[in-house]
Amino acid sequence: MAGSAPYPKGNPRWLLAELTYACPLQCPYCSNPIDYTSHNGELSTEEWKRVFSEARAMGAVQLGLSGGEPLTRPDLEELVQHARELGYYSNLISSGYGLTEERILNLKAAGLDHIQISIQAPEKTLNNYLAGTDSYERKKAVAHLIKQHGYPMVLCVVIHRQNIHLMREILEMAIELGADYLELANTQYYGWAHLNRAQLMPTREQFETAEAIAQDYKLRLKGRMKIYYVVPDFYEDRPKACMNGWGTTFLTIAPDGLALPCHEARILPGLNCPNVREVSVRDIWEHSEAFNRFRHFDWMREPCRSCPEKVKDFGGCRCQAYLLTGDMNATDPVCSLSPQRDKVHQAIAEARQASESAEVQPLIFRNSRNSKVLGASSQA
Amino acid sequence: MVPSFDSQLPLAFSPLHRLQWEETQQKHVILYPEGMVELNVPAAEILMLCDGARTLDGIVEELERKFETRGLHDDILGLIESALDNGWIRTVSQG
Repeated sequence: MAGSAPYPKGNPRWLLAELTYACPLQCPYCSNPIDYTSHNGELSTEEWKRVFSEARAMGAVQLGLSGGEPLTRPDLEELVQHARELGYYSNLISSGYGLTEERILNLKAAGLDHIQISIQAPEKTLNNYLAGTDSYERKKAVAHLIKQHGYPMVLCVVIHRQNIHLMREILEMAIELGADYLELANTQYYGWAHLNRAQLMPTREQFETAEAIAQDYKLRLKGRMKIYYVVPDFYEDRPKACMNGWGTTFLTIAPDGLALPCHEARILPGLNCPNVREVSVRDIWEHSEAFNRFRHFDWMREPCRSCPEKVKDFGGCRCQAYLLTGDMNATDPVCSLSPQRDKVHQAIAEARQASESAEVQPLIFRNSRNSKVLGASSQA
Repeated sequence: MVPSFDSQLPLAFSPLHRLQWEETQQKHVILYPEGMVELNVPAAEILMLCDGARTLDGIVEELERKFETRGLHDDILGLIESALDNGWIRTVSQG
């Protein structure tokens, strides 16, 4: 039996709609699956509308319109309008690249609540290198347009070893652009970031220096800009309460209609995720094997099983456990109590070695060619 | 309690947030980029009166009339202060 504290129960509050895997950028830390090119057949406008309606009826209220790059969907405005009519708070999670003033106006008229754009680095050369696209000037222009048209603007900057030394410049850029929120997202090592981990993971010293700068700005900017600081959990002693607990809050729908308890879960072997083309959202949430797979404490082994903290962190992240140990039922190795904590130490050591090496390994960029080559080899 | 803001100015709900009733949760919520705050009944009553016309005194007067009671000033001020601090509402300059 599990311990005495019950596993939290709830309906979805957050619907993450990954509208497409298409993207003009090639960021080497993209969270999309490596083999994204093999998942074809995007949901149609009508199918997305049905999914929005079904999830809203269950109480979902935050809607993330994401991807890939959601702007590549010509029906984005129509989907936003449907979401607004249903009462969602809609968040467009975009690179900003490809966003025109005309579209900003049309999305506003359709009822879009907020736009998040990402900038890869606070200077042109590095930004364009990391994005794999000449996009820096355009992104900055778009940031100004977003503010000009009265949207709350979230600027997201993914932090890693290639840009962490520019933390101060990143914060100054966010001030200059008038961001209402700045998300400083330390890279989480899934998808393409897992592949490029040795080239992306900062050293502990780099991380601590950057965090001190961010915390200092956070205090100084109180009331002007909210700073969300996403910690890099490899340098923590306890794992994150991933997804606020499996199947409690978050529902992700992938471009091809696969319903996922978290946006990385499609990598977990044998999870058998359902598809919204075949099953209703309510059925998926309540009855599917995938959403019930970790929605309790019974799957846990020691040291999680008897740990009093399991009600706080739910054993950490299943995808991270799988990526680091090959076993999705293992304790997240980020936990200092994990018998496989050495996997984390090893990853940190590899990254440090790579950072000190004279021979620089190239980053593997997220694009269709790499996806086809690497996706095929990972399935072989 | 003395307000830390200019209480002669009307209070308005922030255009960067949304206050709405959630049927499935049977409560009011504040929605903002990637986040949500669930409100209890008194907080929702107060925030719904931040309409860009009423001042602190106007809100106190309205709620004391509605609930046929007195002495709500300090509780309401406390909530208004924290709502201002969170950016849910703002004072509106006249003119």
